[in-house]
Amino acid sequence: MKTLKIVELSKNFGSTEVLRKINLEIDEGNFLVLLGPSGCGKSTLLNIIAGLETINEGNVHIDDYNVSKVEPKDRNIAMVFQSYALYPSMNVRENMIFGLKQAKVSKEKIEEQLEKVSKFLQVNALLERKPSQLSGGQRQRVAIGRALVREPRIFLFDEPLSNLDAKLRVEMRREIKKLHQQLKTTVVYVTHDQTEAMSLGTNIAIMNHGVIQQNDTPENIYNKPSNTFVADFIGSPSMNLLKGNLKESSNKVSFITHGSNIEIPINGYDFKEKFNLDNKEVFFGIRPEHIFFKKSNENDFEVNLRADLSEYIGHEQIMTFNFENQEVLAKFPSTVKIDLSKNTKLFFDLTQISLFDAKTEERI
Amino acid sequence: MQDKIHSSYKQLEQKSKYTNMFLRWFLYFVLVIFALYFIFPLYVMVVTSLKTMEEIRQGTLLTWPSGLNFDSWLVAWGGRGYGAGDTFLKPYFWNSIKMVVPAVFFSTFIGAMAGYVLTKWRFKGDKWVFLFLLFGCFIPYQAILLPMARTLGVLGISNSVIGLVLVHTVYGIPFTTLFFRNFYVSIPSELVKAARIDGAGFFKIFFKILLPVSTPIIVVTIIWQFTQIWNDFLFGSTFSFGEAAPIQVALNNMVLSSTSVKEYNVDMASAIIAGIPTLIVYVLAGKYFIRGLTSGAVKG
Repeated sequence: MKTLKIVELSKNFGSTEVLRKINLEIDEGNFLVLLGPSGCGKSTLLNIIAGLETINEGNVHIDDYNVSKVEPKDRNIAMVFQSYALYPSMNVRENMIFGLKQAKVSKEKIEEQLEKVSKFLQVNALLERKPSQLSGGQRQRVAIGRALVREPRIFLFDEPLSNLDAKLRVEMRREIKKLHQQLKTTVVYVTHDQTEAMSLGTNIAIMNHGVIQQNDTPENIYNKPSNTFVADFIGSPSMNLLKGNLKESSNKVSFITHGSNIEIPINGYDFKEKFNLDNKEVFFGIRPEHIFFKKSNENDFEVNLRADLSEYIGHEQIMTFNFENQEVLAKFPSTVKIDLSKNTKLFFDLTQISLFDAKTEERI
Repeated sequence: MQDKIHSSYKQLEQKSKYTNMFLRWFLYFVLVIFALYFIFPLYVMVVTSLKTMEEIRQGTLLTWPSGLNFDSWLVAWGGRGYGAGDTFLKPYFWNSIKMVVPAVFFSTFIGAMAGYVLTKWRFKGDKWVFLFLLFGCFIPYQAILLPMARTLGVLGISNSVIGLVLVHTVYGIPFTTLFFRNFYVSIPSELVKAARIDGAGFFKIFFKILLPVSTPIIVVTIIWQFTQIWNDFLFGSTFSFGEAAPIQVALNNMVLSSTSVKEYNVDMASAIIAGIPTLIVYVLAGKYFIRGLTSGAVKG
């Protein structure tokens, strides 16, 4: 049984297509993050799961029951919003029990739930306060508490941390992670922040233009991005994508950029389909953190590049190199001294590369 | 070198000090002039209403009254106590109250509901509905007099307070809707979403969640509607006469129908009485008026 299953779901607002043939599945207890740039349809998808938006095509199943025509309140879900959406005229207690009162839960049960959750979230001292008297972090806690008291099957989070300042955001992120570890509930979490997505998700679905680009574990998303969009979106700075051609001779594949004599051997790469590789136009992808200033393993590819720019950011520095007139960024510890405008010996870790078809932009 | 720079700074400092001082005094001067200009008619009204006819004839407009003489106020409110032709404000004052209270209540309530629907329960064509409502704000009163008279006639409520309540309610809805719509636009729709997930329905969300935070705009709407309806003369004089007339119509009749001498003191007292309720509303709720008009989002 899948806790949440979305089948061939499409949605448009007028003539604009917002979601196109979305298929998703979540197992019990998993934490799915919907990640993407603004306007990619991730929030719309969440609203559809909640029942707040109508569907044009396709279905949403919760516990294998088609809930496409079920009211939000009957879907056994709870949602936490970006603006917290606490009812301004009610105090914390009333905010938290509003849903239970609507559902006509008995008074004893309501009190029991309220006590359990408010203790758990450490908001029991705030119960009589109005939302306007709470700090951002406290509001967030109450909003989560309001969702928790309902004991839903699925938690929906709509960018819950984006209204907090940087420090609090990291704290609340850890709290949400802890919460999930303790309660083991199923979560769907929308964000545009890749760090949030990576650190929280057991699964990440990366979306762009209403289409899921890749739905995978954080490790696979990072190591094996399925197309150039994912490769570019994840990582900071993002993956270097060098344009060039593959060359295949006597079963050995290598990569050459246009008009250059640097030939990068590609031996250990796990091709999806290993034919017609010769002369194929591709993007050679390598992350800045997989370029080293000294040899890290046997297969490292050694190359001399000119350093053009250095960005110091405290614990590390981002260097820009010139690779046959294409920019290559590398991340080094800030203790390393590299002279600008001079050639430096660099090592590409070839076990960590990705190759993409230059036409389809898909991983090959 | 440094001394030279410093002394030039000093000169400029002095200069701007004098300029600022002059501008400040000029500002006060202008403000005082305007204040006198605006208070002058009120002064004349109050002073005249406290004089006897004898004093009015002998003194000038500005002459101080000989004492606090409220006789003309009593006459304006309760009449002289003789039968026919004795027009006084009391019954019409209550007519106006009976008209203004329900009309303000209904137009405000319907406007709040409409604003709620237009912002939080969007439907196909809602923009057009709002546009047509806005159009209602710009239709001149005179243009609807005839059709409205016919409508009231068909409904059998012409020349009645109920008829006036209906007219003012209908005519107020475009304004009240506009106020409430603009206010509710600034309230995050996520509140409504959260409430829907919590299981609250259309009315529950309105009454429990939106209405409690609407105080500023409710006050603005009430002041606006109260002033409009209380001060209205055209609808009152067109759709009612005699006993059903509101106070502004009665005031007009009273001032115009005097037989022999113009009793300026009674006229002035009547005019002040007719204006007092709106003054009270402003004084009680005025601070909300500015706040409500300028308020942005009500943050949770």
